[in-house]
Formats: sequence, C-alpha cells, structure tokens
Amino acid sequence: MKKTARVAAAILVTSLALTACGERDNDKDKDASGDPTTAPTSQTTSEAPAESHPDFKACMVSDDGGFDDKSFNQTSHDGLVQAKDQLGVQTGEIESHAQTEFADNINEMVQAGCNSITTVGFLLGDATLASAKKNKDIDYSIVDFAYFDESGKNTAPANLKALTYDTAQPSYLAGYLAAAKSENGVVGTFGGVNIPTVTIFMDGFYKGVQKYNEDNDANVEVIGWDPAKPKTGSFTNDFGDKTKGQNLAEEMIGQGADVIFPVAGPAGLGGLQAAQDNDVWGIWVDTDGCKSAAEYCDSLLTSVVKGMDVSVLEAIRESANDEFSNEPYEGTLENGGVGLAPYGPKADIDAELDAKIKELTQQIIDGTITVG
Amino acid sequence: MSEQGKTEAPPAPEPIKETPPRGPAQWLPTVVDTIAAVVLALLVGALLIIFSTEDVIDSLKYFFSYPWDFFKYAGTAVWDAYRSLVDGAVGSGTALRRTLERSAPLICAGLGVSLAFRAGLFNIGAQGQMLLGALAGGYVGFHYDLPPGIHLAAALLAALVAGGLWGGIAGLLKAKTGAHEVIVTIMLNHVAGFVILYFLAKESFQRPNSDNLLSPPVADSATFPSVGGLHLGVLLAIVAAGIVWWLLERSTLGFEMRAVGANPEAARTAGMSVAKVYVAGMMIAGMLAALAVTMNVLGRQDSVTDNIAGQVGFEAITVALLGRATPLGTVLAGLLFGALSSGGLAMQSGAGVPPEMAQVLQALIVLFVAAPALIRGITRMRGGDASGTVMAKGWGG
Repeated sequence: MKKTARVAAAILVTSLALTACGERDNDKDKDASGDPTTAPTSQTTSEAPAESHPDFKACMVSDDGGFDDKSFNQTSHDGLVQAKDQLGVQTGEIESHAQTEFADNINEMVQAGCNSITTVGFLLGDATLASAKKNKDIDYSIVDFAYFDESGKNTAPANLKALTYDTAQPSYLAGYLAAAKSENGVVGTFGGVNIPTVTIFMDGFYKGVQKYNEDNDANVEVIGWDPAKPKTGSFTNDFGDKTKGQNLAEEMIGQGADVIFPVAGPAGLGGLQAAQDNDVWGIWVDTDGCKSAAEYCDSLLTSVVKGMDVSVLEAIRESANDEFSNEPYEGTLENGGVGLAPYGPKADIDAELDAKIKELTQQIIDGTITVG
Repeated sequence: MSEQGKTEAPPAPEPIKETPPRGPAQWLPTVVDTIAAVVLALLVGALLIIFSTEDVIDSLKYFFSYPWDFFKYAGTAVWDAYRSLVDGAVGSGTALRRTLERSAPLICAGLGVSLAFRAGLFNIGAQGQMLLGALAGGYVGFHYDLPPGIHLAAALLAALVAGGLWGGIAGLLKAKTGAHEVIVTIMLNHVAGFVILYFLAKESFQRPNSDNLLSPPVADSATFPSVGGLHLGVLLAIVAAGIVWWLLERSTLGFEMRAVGANPEAARTAGMSVAKVYVAGMMIAGMLAALAVTMNVLGRQDSVTDNIAGQVGFEAITVALLGRATPLGTVLAGLLFGALSSGGLAMQSGAGVPPEMAQVLQALIVLFVAAPALIRGITRMRGGDASGTVMAKGWGG
C-alpha cells in the first residue's frame, strides 16, 4: 500500500499548494454540519425568493435522455431550478438511464419525501399513473403526455396533471414565415421519429405554408411531410445522430429547399449544419436556437419554442399553494406556453411580414384560425 | 498447439486451461483479484466523490488554517455516498427486490455472452437478440388471449425462439462464410433496432388511441407470478445458470464448445463439427439474451419500445468478463452489478452523488479485473499465473 499512500499524498500536497492560503467562511460551517441527508437539496437558495415554502419538496425524474439533452428534459429541468429560486422550495431529482428504471426512480422520489413529482416524457406515462394512484397525497405532473379515453375525457386521477403543448400553433407561424422567405418556392421539414409529439410540429408547419400560398396566390411546396399521408414523410428514426439529420437536410437542399425545419432533437442539429453549409435558412424547435445552439444562430429565421419550464414551474407553484388540480394544461400561443423565439440576427424580416405574423398570432388566439 | 490435442477422448491440454479451476489453490487467486479490484474501485470512487463535493473543495481553500474541516467534509461525503449505496442495494425489502430485478437480466444476458466466449465466439449481439425477444414475446403476451400459465409459456417460448434465431444468424454466417461474429453481431444490433421501430410503427403493436411508439403491456395471464412484489422470473436466471453449467461441464455439446473455443483446428481434426458448435453456441446465447428481456416484458410488464433493452446487452459483456465466463462467476458478477445499479439510484437521491458514479464504479472494477498484473503491482500480492481474464479467440479464428 506504500505506493498508493505516496500517490495520494502527492495529490493532496499539490492540491494544497494550489489552494493554500484561503479564509474560512464561518457561516459555511453552520450550513454544512447540519443534517447530512439534506445535503443534495440544501445548496444555496437565492437571496429573496418571491414565495417561500421551505418544507415543500419538488422533485423530477427525467426520461432516458437525461437532464443535459439540450431539449425537453433540460427545459423541464429549468422549470425545477426556477421553482427553487422563485418559490423557495427544496428540490430533488433523478436521471433515468433506461426505460426499465422509470418505476423505481419515481418510487425513490416518493421515498425521498417529495410533495410534488414531475416526470418528463410520454415513456413515463404508465409508471407515473401507477405511482399517482398509490400515493394520493403527492401531486404528480407529466410533461408531453395526457390521459384521455376514447371520447377525449380526462381520466387522470385527482393528483395527476398532464402538461402538453399545442406546438402546431407556433409551427404554423413558422411555416408562413418560411414560405415568405423561400426564394426557390420549396421548403423542407423532417422529424426524429413518426410520433405525434413530433408530427404535430410538421402539421402546423405544413398548414402555415398553405396559408401563405392561399393569401399570396403562391405555390410554395413542402417536402418531407404531408399530413394527408401520415405514414410517409422524412424521419431520421434517431434523435441522437447528427449525421442522419445532416444527410436528410442535404438531400432536401439538393431538391431545392431553402428553408429547413428539423424536428429531431439533437439529430436536427445536423439539419442546421447543412443549412449553414449551403447558405439556406433553418428554423429550430423546442428551445431558442440562438441560445441552445448559438453556433447556428446566423442561419436561423426563428425557433418554435415549447415553454416546458413555465408550465413545470406553474404546476409546482399550484401544488405548493394547495391549488393543484388534475385539469390538463395545454400550452398555447394565448397562455404563452408555446411561441416563436425572436427572429435570428440575419433573418431580416421586414415590417410587413412581421405585422402579418402578429396578425396571424392574434387570429389563432381569438379562434379565427384553427390550426389543430 | 501440441500434437496430443489431436488424439482421442480425454480433453486436450488447451481445453484444460479453459475449464474453471477446481480446488481453493486454483480459484483463490481469482477471488482475491476480484475482491481487490472491487476495493480499489471503491477507493478511486471515494477520491472522485471527495473532489466533486462542494464542501470539500471549499474547505481546501483554508486547509492550513483548519485542516480538520477537509477531512471531516471528505469523510462525511464518502460515508454518506457509500452508506446510501449499500442501503439502496440491500438495506430494505424494496432495495433487495430492486437489486434482484436488475441483476436477473444481467445474469441471463451475461450467461449468453459467457457461453459464446467459451465456444470462442465474442458475442456483442446480446442487445439485438434482446430486442427481437422483446418483440416476439411481447406480441404474444399482449395480442393473444390464452389461459394463464399457457399464455406465459407461449410468450416465453416466442421470445426464446426469436432471440435464438437472431443469434443463430450470426453463428450461421460465421460457420458458412467465415464472417467475423464481432462485426456481424454489431451490425445485427442495428438491424434489430430498425426492425423493432418498423413494427412499433404498426397499429397492431401500438396502444389503442395512441400513435406513440409504445406497445400495450402484456396481459396479466402472460406475466411471471410474483411474491411480495418480486416477480419469480428472477428464479429463471438461476435455473438458466444451472443449465448453462450442466451444458458446458457435463454435456457432449458443451465439451465440443470448449474444445472449439480452445482450438478450432484441433477440434475439427478430432472430428468435431465446428460449424455446428458456432451455430448452436450463438443460438443458445441468443435464447439467453431473450430470456433476459422477458424479465422486463413479462416480469415487470414494461411496454415494448425501441429502448426496452437499455444497456443490458452491453453490460452483459462486462458481467461475463468479470465472471470469467463461468456460470457461477456470471451469477455473482450479475448480482454485483445489479446491486451497484440499485444502490447507485439511492446514492443519487440520498447523497446527491451523480448517477454516473455507479457506472464509473462498474467500469473501474472491470478495468482492475482486466489488469491483474496492475493489481498485483499495486497491492504487492504474490501470485502465480493470472488465471484471470477471458480471451475471445477472436480475429482470424
């Protein structure tokens, strides 16, 4: 063991030399010598939270993408972080690595004494429902999944709230914008996998382009998706592989598309890469691309934003204030749960087009136009 | 390579080396090596925990004024983490159930990899074999309406057949064309991934009123019975280990596998069919991988998705490696990895240690096991020839 000891000593001495002469912050001691079991949750709360619920614990379980997926897990997690800062609650979280862990992970959060548990993604639908039925005194919310029966009635128990997003609405605006900016009269879109949470974007986009054609007597074509043929369309069948997204986008650009709308999570970044390489436009989804994928910001017209952080924060706030209900939440343009991000710096949208987008937004909000 | 190998019945010198060592003098070094690897991994893990804890880092700034702070915080961090690791693995009924449920698939798939190892095949394809097993077993489980018991048996059989056939493809390609099984099984994993996506996009594989790529859970009549929340499919893992042991140590086919694994040329010269061994070996390996996935689909009633296998198919390789490709070793290694996975969850929620820590521990254990000479150097142990690591008789074999 001599060698081990020597190595350890060397590491220790080096780190000491580097950090030697600091001062002890005396408050620190109080804070840290407390109950060790609260260690993960008791880190610095911000100065003055708007509300304070020190005994309330809000928790979150990710799906197997993890909280660092630059997409919906991450945005949802932002909501939890905001809850800690703004509501003064304790938090707890578990990242899932495989589908088989979901039930255990939710159960672990129950054991950890959470008052509200948010799960992220439709894959957790069953496990969340099962746990909600068993633990009536905990409020559950789930991102991107709803419990409806055939007639569209909400079947969720009283302590389970579905958080969904009508992303067709902002995608409609994006489609209109894309058609207006296309010089070749061809725009392209592709998805990650052919599932509703993905194709709802593509539906809205398609309809927005048709609206432009109608209003301006134009004939802009959409490649990659046609709502009339839901079993066809372009998909990477993979949310992780950037190369697949890039190949699909290159193909579309080869067919003349000069606006690309990838709905494929990280794989969609390849679509933006292709747009940048070929000097055509891209439109990003879920988050504001100018923040989450800043390297492509100059190629972006705008982004279709899904405000999961806002709704997660709201669900936690309701739970902490005893106002929780199982009424499903749906993010719309009206309640700000979905929307378009600010236009890209190079997008050069003229005032007329901008006014038209605002007008369409208003028409969707007051119901003159229905997108869904 | 010796000439004796070509003579008759008694096993050739090469296979003897491959048989599991008998008697304490022979297995003791292996056990000591493994325990040393686990301890070393925990030590390195402790260092990682210490230097990723904020309190500890902060206390280094004033180490010379209050050195005790550093040790106090470091001690607390490590103690908290490892206490929750043990608690989460074996500390309660829930923890034990979780450990067993996570170990069972690792053991089954690990047995598949071990068995193929012994036949000289490096089976990277457990992942794909699991997916096909899940698809077939799941479909029989949720689509048909059969009496309990019969339904379970039918679903299980469907899974095993599908997994076995998928594994057999790789064996057949190797036997007939010499295509290397490492390449073929990796490619077949990708093919299996797309096959399952194709079927999940079909209405008949989806839940009613849903377009998500998510099958219904299997019917109750097709699930393993459970006792106290623990499904008894877990017992099948132990039964499978017994069967694999019997197959390898007591059956003719097993003898042929070990002979081919040791030296295919010699085995062929001795009149054994190498092609038969390759195909049978891969088929059984595929069935074992499929058995692993039934633990989730038929045991916990998880929906079939393209992600149902998780990383089990790949972790199975490390389990087999750690278990020295023996059935008993694989069971123990599977239990260890299941415990680490289950305890890792508690470490994350109870002590705020990142979830990757449990995986780092697993990786470190395998690293130290795979490098027995390094361990000996570090721990100054004296020992004979490393009976340790398994080697696939890979390239060109």
